[in-house]
Amino acid sequence: MYKPEPDDFEFISDRDITVDTNFASQGYWKSVAVHFLKNRFAVTGLVLVAVIIVFAVFAPLVSSYGYQEIISVTDSVGKEITAKSLSPQFGGGDSQNLFSDRTFLFGTDDMGRDLWTRTWQGARVSLIIAFVAIFIDMLIGMSYGLISGFFGGTVDNILQRFIEIIGSIPTLVIISILAIFMEKGIGLVIVSLLITEWIPMSKIARAECLKLKEREYVLASRTLGAGSFHIIFKQILPNTMGPIITQVMFSIPVAIFTEAFLSFVGVGIVLPQCSIGSLIEAGFNNVTILPYQILPPICVLAILMLGFNLIGDGIREALSPKLEDM
Amino acid sequence: MTKYVAKRILMSALTLLAITFVLFVLIRIMPGDPFPVERMSAEMILQKREELGLNKPILEQFVNYMSMLLSGSFGNGTSLYNGAPIKPILTACLINSFKIGVLSILFGTAVGLAIGIVAALNRGKFLDGLCTLVSILGVCIPSYVFMIFLQYFFSYKIPFFPYFFDPSNFLMSSIMPALSLSLFAISTIARFTRNEMLEVINSDYVKLAEAKGLYGFELIRKHVLRNALIPIVTVIAPLVVSLLTGAMVIEKIYGINGVGKLMVDAIAGQGVDYNYVLALSIVFSAMYIAAMLVLDILYGIIDPRVRLTKKEG
Repeated sequence: MYKPEPDDFEFISDRDITVDTNFASQGYWKSVAVHFLKNRFAVTGLVLVAVIIVFAVFAPLVSSYGYQEIISVTDSVGKEITAKSLSPQFGGGDSQNLFSDRTFLFGTDDMGRDLWTRTWQGARVSLIIAFVAIFIDMLIGMSYGLISGFFGGTVDNILQRFIEIIGSIPTLVIISILAIFMEKGIGLVIVSLLITEWIPMSKIARAECLKLKEREYVLASRTLGAGSFHIIFKQILPNTMGPIITQVMFSIPVAIFTEAFLSFVGVGIVLPQCSIGSLIEAGFNNVTILPYQILPPICVLAILMLGFNLIGDGIREALSPKLEDM
Repeated sequence: MTKYVAKRILMSALTLLAITFVLFVLIRIMPGDPFPVERMSAEMILQKREELGLNKPILEQFVNYMSMLLSGSFGNGTSLYNGAPIKPILTACLINSFKIGVLSILFGTAVGLAIGIVAALNRGKFLDGLCTLVSILGVCIPSYVFMIFLQYFFSYKIPFFPYFFDPSNFLMSSIMPALSLSLFAISTIARFTRNEMLEVINSDYVKLAEAKGLYGFELIRKHVLRNALIPIVTVIAPLVVSLLTGAMVIEKIYGINGVGKLMVDAIAGQGVDYNYVLALSIVFSAMYIAAMLVLDILYGIIDPRVRLTKKEG
């Protein structure tokens, strides 16, 4: 019998391999990123969201006031005066005002708290709620949808009937019932988002799974002895990520919206905590006297909604580029 | 088709029954009592529980509640409006909300369609950009924020519209809430119409019609609009339902006695009124399920493929 020797083999590295440079092959995510970054609107959205996130993270840290701090000074008589309801001021104002040397970019609220700090703290709370809730929703919805789609048959039938019933209770009713059961606050907002937002996610995951489970690579994996859960989470899941990420991007503004709505109605964030919604509510109560108070939280909310919607549109287009865009 | 409709109606009725049961049980197993316990002696509480039938088995209570519902009554409130019967108050509120809701849906659909059509016909031009801007604004700005602005500028700065809702001056005082509620509908319908129109305009049969010599308004009306409008039915039904949520805040801001305000009062007021919450939840769920049912049946009529796949599944 012939025994191979090292000399039998030869490196082929010096052979001339030509790569097509005009239409070089790209990885899936790299091509998505390229398409995304070419889209002006998507990049604008990304910049808007990034700016808000940077402010939400750093502005409360570097601000000279705490977001719950009631700012006050002692005047010449020794009386303590709080900085209630000040208009925006930028330091070095007229000397009549005791606070003329201070800077309040967005003014102060009717309790004497700095609105600049509170706005960014509120943005921070709203963003944290949205990210946490939607991330958990993604995990639940994805697993539910993939399992339902993959196993099919009775399992699918039962799981889908369950979704049908949950899905036909209006969000408003779910929130109202929760508001009776739970204490008002961040927990209530997150739980109501958890109950309602996973359903569209699971529908998308199921639809993708139904498409993918007939593919050859799933069959190959099955032939090699892979178990169902290996196939679902290692083979199918990575290929469903595109549509799921799109859905996540559209769910985040919904979550921010819901939080603002709940806080505005009075079952969301409670004082002295603040969020975008509770700041809008506080501003609304003073809108005729101090209209500037309501502007910063509304602008932040609008920018976030716009940004996330633009990003979502951008990702959706980047995932399924049309021929004309190539 | 009849079979499909009958099946869908039966399914909806069962779903509604299931939801009613779940809501009922949830509210009954709530800790504490549905009346002001601090102001009552233990004996009075017992008597009250007996009176309301709260110490019977929960299934029996549910059957009693259902028979009451079917006879057209919602029972009495527990803390709101001093325990007066729910039905007349609920009906009055529903009518108020319904009027404004219908106004805003009509307005939203008309304006949304117009914007979408104009945008599609001027694709890539200035008007298209303007329409896109309007539809983006509608998505980013919550309806209640728009309402606050309208109220501030057109009731407070320029006192043209009443500052609060005034039932005796219905027309003037319903313009602002209807307008702000319709904002979301306008943007959704405009976006959808534009995309549908563009798809139809680029389709082969419109190209053929063009090749035959049809052009301008005739082409749009006969070939494009008809085909583009069909899928729009599908966005309107969910919009009707999403109005509920928007209306809740608008009614709070503008002081309209509607179902949304009633719900806010029932959950966020002094004491939670369990019977109101239950009655309102059932009404909301029924409305939602009815909207979905109508949507499904419309789908079936418009697109026969839906009927076929549903039958298989």
